[in-house]
Amino acid sequence: MRHLLSVDDLRREDIERILGRAESFAEVAGREIKKVPTLRGRTVINLFYEASTRTSASFGIAAKRLSADVENVKAQGSSVDKGESLKDTVQTLSAYDPAAIVFRSPHAGAAGLVARWTSGSVINAGDGKHEHPTQALLDLYTLRRRAGSLEGLNVWIVGDVLHSRVARSNILAFGRMGCRVTVCGPPTLIPRGVESLGCEVRYTLADLGQADVVYSLRMQHERMAGSFVPSLREYATCFQIDGRRLASHQWLMHPGPVNRGVELAAEVIDSPQALITQQVESGVVVRMAVLYELLAGGPPAGPTEAGARRGGISGARAGETTEPQPA
Amino acid sequence: MSALLDPRLDRADARPVTVLIRGAHALDPRAGLDGPADLLLRSGQVAEIGAPGALEAPEGAELVDAEGLHAFPAFVDPHVHLRTPGREDEEDLSTGTRAAAAGGYCAILAMPNTDPVVDSASVLRSLRDRARTEARVPTGFTAAITVGQQGESLTEMAELADAGAVAFTDDGLPVRSGRVMLQALQYQRLAGLPLALHEEDPSLSGDGVMHEGNVSALLGMAGIPSVSESTMVARDAQLAAYEEGQVHVQHVSARETVEVIERAKAAGTRITAEASPHHLLLTDEAVKDLDTNRKMNPPLRTEADRLALVEGLRSGTLDCVATDHAPHSHEEKEEPFELAPMGVTGLETAFAAIHTDLVVPGAIGLSLLVERMTAGGEPFGIGVPTLAKGAPANVCLVDLASEWEVGEAGYESRSSNCAFAGRRLVGRVRMTVAAGVVAYRERSFAIGAV
Repeated sequence: MRHLLSVDDLRREDIERILGRAESFAEVAGREIKKVPTLRGRTVINLFYEASTRTSASFGIAAKRLSADVENVKAQGSSVDKGESLKDTVQTLSAYDPAAIVFRSPHAGAAGLVARWTSGSVINAGDGKHEHPTQALLDLYTLRRRAGSLEGLNVWIVGDVLHSRVARSNILAFGRMGCRVTVCGPPTLIPRGVESLGCEVRYTLADLGQADVVYSLRMQHERMAGSFVPSLREYATCFQIDGRRLASHQWLMHPGPVNRGVELAAEVIDSPQALITQQVESGVVVRMAVLYELLAGGPPAGPTEAGARRGGISGARAGETTEPQPA
Repeated sequence: MSALLDPRLDRADARPVTVLIRGAHALDPRAGLDGPADLLLRSGQVAEIGAPGALEAPEGAELVDAEGLHAFPAFVDPHVHLRTPGREDEEDLSTGTRAAAAGGYCAILAMPNTDPVVDSASVLRSLRDRARTEARVPTGFTAAITVGQQGESLTEMAELADAGAVAFTDDGLPVRSGRVMLQALQYQRLAGLPLALHEEDPSLSGDGVMHEGNVSALLGMAGIPSVSESTMVARDAQLAAYEEGQVHVQHVSARETVEVIERAKAAGTRITAEASPHHLLLTDEAVKDLDTNRKMNPPLRTEADRLALVEGLRSGTLDCVATDHAPHSHEEKEEPFELAPMGVTGLETAFAAIHTDLVVPGAIGLSLLVERMTAGGEPFGIGVPTLAKGAPANVCLVDLASEWEVGEAGYESRSSNCAFAGRRLVGRVRMTVAAGVVAYRERSFAIGAV
């Protein structure tokens, strides 16, 4: 695998391998020296055309824990402000020979364009309302650690599905791992044709009790302007996950940042069922695993530069790489 | 010369040729021709038609050995963007009309959404002047319905009609206000030209960039629903009936729209419609890879819509094929899908693409395609090309067996944003004669003087 652009490009075994590798990196994260030398001497560029805290920070930390050199480029204050086209920006950065470009854009498919213009690997860190594949992977990782197996789990994704790249990636990702996925929200915020992604659609929380996992989406205040919902008050009345609606056997997830009192009530955010903090924590090890997968690993042990150097590491033997060698 | 041309069409001055086309399979459903024939073109007219080998080439005539080729009446495209004035980097009168000739067209109508907009007689006259030195094929110019295509006040339609406008259209944009549309239809009694309509409801299209459906749901793109088009067509069909006006619906894309037009026609409304090759042949599945050369407005829709368009073409609900040839620069089309401009080129591929995907598999007949490709001027009072004796010489010679790859030899158009780029197509235009003048001849296609 050279790029990670969409969950759609991942087979179930690819996902299993990446999650397995994240597990082994989690062990590294528990040690005093959290670095491994896998990507020593290689450069990872974080190119962000949109605001981000979690994704950009965790990618930066992940790359550094793999000993890569990390450069952060933001659209604000760069040549993009001077009107440089995306293609020219990417080709300029590619001249520095990055091993990977982690790319976020407000436009769907933009990561795919970047992949055409650079020789490095491209990781889609969110492209418009299209996809956010590493978020989906870390959600799978978080849930699997808690719930054990994902097979057969009933996942409800609740909220503004229309504007959510997280929802799209997660519908595909949970589906691929054998979960049953239902999306639920106001009819104005459920895109026409979403069933074709492999999910059911509900417009009320009446049957939320069926869910093993409640995945709540962020309700963005700016959606009020487009009159997608009459008021946040009505939205909260119909779709807020609170202590009354969340049953004790259900896990609660949210990609963050949370609007307290809108999509989630305070009591559920702080409940032991909530995996929200764990999701954030998982960001680093899962993104380490993704960087490893694209830059050093992959199936089966291809004689990649790094793999060959380390004696042909295959997915099954990935544990070797987690030897905590001080970098 | 001028008698051969509709006085509203302009082209660079050129001398009519004398050509004997020998042995082509002449196909012209309107003239009842379907078989091998010799065609003698002289003084800008189809001077003689005879059995193969029956006609003698006059002194000085060019002899074209057309054995194995088809001779059709050349095509008419009522919907072309020549980007002039304003974006001559994307297309100009010369390159655009060369592309038309290469596609087998003998006449085209240019859209007025240029910079400046063709909304005054002075802009129209200057364009017509340029066409008289630059246009390879006869070109008609349309003018805007509203000043600056702003949708607010009517252009000076009477003066524009007088200056030679062929039709009025705000193409690229709908006439949002029902009141303004009604007034344009009322004013038609004075100005007398059809209104060609780009139909969509901006409040339903929103910031959509592709058809609203499964593919837009998958890609997370804002969608343009089919009803954005069909509800506006329903409105304007009723307004046209109310004012007894004449309207032409441009680039029909949705099944619902075909149904609305069918009903309006049955009710006696003076309404005609066109369909583009890309809407007849492609669906939103072709946009899944986010190829910006498949981004246009209206968008590619579903297979059910596509089949309804093909059926509409067959039944005559859709009167003609129009390319909506819309050149865009390479830089603009290299942007992410949501940012890239709408529009694809199509003059050079229209016949071959439809021939390959609809005629060869048997979905429609060859003569039906020829009828619909030649009928583009009819709603605007421009004569339909024919091979009948005495008619203006508008002929294209096509090799129906020749296979070629779109774009492999570049384009006559200045832009390369072709919806069929890279496709292998069957059917190649070898030569186009427009109003008596050779407008296009494939380089390898030799012509011998007698």
